[in-house]
Amino acid sequence: MTENVEPVNRYSPFLLVAILIAFTLSISALYIAVDSIINQTDLTSSYSFLAIGFFGLAITAYILIQTRKRPVPASFKTPKVLTTLECPKCDFKNIRDFERGDYIFKEAGPCQKCDQKMTITAIYREEKKEQNK
Amino acid sequence: MVAGHRAWDPPDLIPNSEVKPCSVSGASVVFGHVKPGKLAIIYSTNQLISFFLKILLRNTQNLLPTMLPLRCVIIMIPQIAGLLSGGDNVLSWVFQFGYIIVFVVFMFYSQRIQMMVMIRDVETHLRRLKLMKDQGRKLALDTIKEVGKPEGDPSNRVDQFLEYIAITPQSMDPAGIVWKLEHILDVRDSRFKDEVKLMAPAADETQLNNLENTLEAAMALHMIYKVIRHFYLLGKKTMSLYVIMQIQMVLPLIMQQADAYKQALGAFAVGQPIGDGAGPLVAAKLMKGYTTREVARDVVVATVPIEGRTAYVLKAKGPGGNVGKPGEGISQIIKEQKGKIATVIMIDAALKLEGEKPGEIAEGVGAAIGGPGVEQFKIEEAIQEKKIPLNAIIVKQDLGDAVSPMRKEIFDAADPVIERIKRLILERTKEGDNIIIAGIGNTIGIGQ
Repeated sequence: MTENVEPVNRYSPFLLVAILIAFTLSISALYIAVDSIINQTDLTSSYSFLAIGFFGLAITAYILIQTRKRPVPASFKTPKVLTTLECPKCDFKNIRDFERGDYIFKEAGPCQKCDQKMTITAIYREEKKEQNK
Repeated sequence: MVAGHRAWDPPDLIPNSEVKPCSVSGASVVFGHVKPGKLAIIYSTNQLISFFLKILLRNTQNLLPTMLPLRCVIIMIPQIAGLLSGGDNVLSWVFQFGYIIVFVVFMFYSQRIQMMVMIRDVETHLRRLKLMKDQGRKLALDTIKEVGKPEGDPSNRVDQFLEYIAITPQSMDPAGIVWKLEHILDVRDSRFKDEVKLMAPAADETQLNNLENTLEAAMALHMIYKVIRHFYLLGKKTMSLYVIMQIQMVLPLIMQQADAYKQALGAFAVGQPIGDGAGPLVAAKLMKGYTTREVARDVVVATVPIEGRTAYVLKAKGPGGNVGKPGEGISQIIKEQKGKIATVIMIDAALKLEGEKPGEIAEGVGAAIGGPGVEQFKIEEAIQEKKIPLNAIIVKQDLGDAVSPMRKEIFDAADPVIERIKRLILERTKEGDNIIIAGIGNTIGIGQ
């Protein structure tokens, strides 16, 4: 194996600057809000600044969390695959989950009704409705 | 009224502060008054905003507490409007300064920023590809250990296998290149089989074929990752927008392909039939109950009477993952029958266009077969010599469906395909004719 690309977990300087600016503005807004509440200058405005401050802080925190977030691992989700067994004599049908070693036209276990050897007639996966390709 | 004489004294002047508010509601109050020149228009705009906000606030005040953020945002709007309108408070100066900085930065560094965004996008995909590649290798290793029962650790051998290369022949003089390519592919195939046998000594023939397919899918993921990493590192090294842009533009399609291989790995590891097996499935249904013989390497044929004709139905030898050499098989049957073949019908899976449904069937002429082209060439050579009509029936699916466990729609398409074959035979041939029906594709999970 040659050179590996390390997962990029370091922060981009541009992003850090943006976060810093947003953080500073939010703190300024909070300061203004607290200052005007203490001085009783204009309460409506101070509440607005308070909201701006908290909103800004929330956005800053969100961006910070997003940058730390790792990608969802590409897991090997095995789709549900079904095997259909049919009895050639009495037409009894049995559908079960796929098992390793199954293949179409393989002779499988005995029929539950007539004890004749059953044959695998179908192996397929059923697509979920929302994954309408 | 007499000129120069007033019948009544004018009223006292109404203070300006009573005519119009001295400041814009909201922000400016804290830090002082707004600029007089802008007062009128701001006043009217803010009046409008305030009017709508009052309505909004009144309508949202009885809502659930979860709507609180909405109310906060509504309250903030006049504040932001005030700030952006250029008041003389500190915050508005900060905002204006910020705008200038952003403008200057974008003027000089916009391309660099764009490239950084692209690099970041490629990085994200590359990380995902690395995960897929690593998991593919792990799955292949686990399957080898489980099925093959090797004595030592097969990791090194698997890693070497993933790096395996096949060099295509020189094409400056194209005459005879097909046979050269066939030879290279044959050597590659036998090397693969030998390698897999060494890795998994306890595996039977079917399992060996499935393992080979699993390793090939892992190898494809490995190669995709390496190519993308190459362009990513090259782009970073040269800081060339065009190198990065090229790879970023094709990434969605490459990721689609990688996802397909990822799904294929799971199916190959356990030996499930895949969408590409639509052709072999049809052939298997037709030849069921009849004796088969190996007509070419990994290709079986059965003589089946259909509608008063003699059909030579062939497919790759299953149920292991295998495509066989159908071109050789068809040529051999034509030779055996001394060219007396009324028609050849080929059934294969084909990539659908977006908007088409998986499992849709289409009919036409020509050799329905994919791959490097060697087998198609052989079939075309064999039929043109004897002027045999060549018909094709395809079952549509996308790349993901073609290599992942067979969808029900594709499985269900087998019976309509058989109906089409029968119709074709009735319409295009006479009773007593010989015909060839070839189910093309990977026969993994499909016996005969």
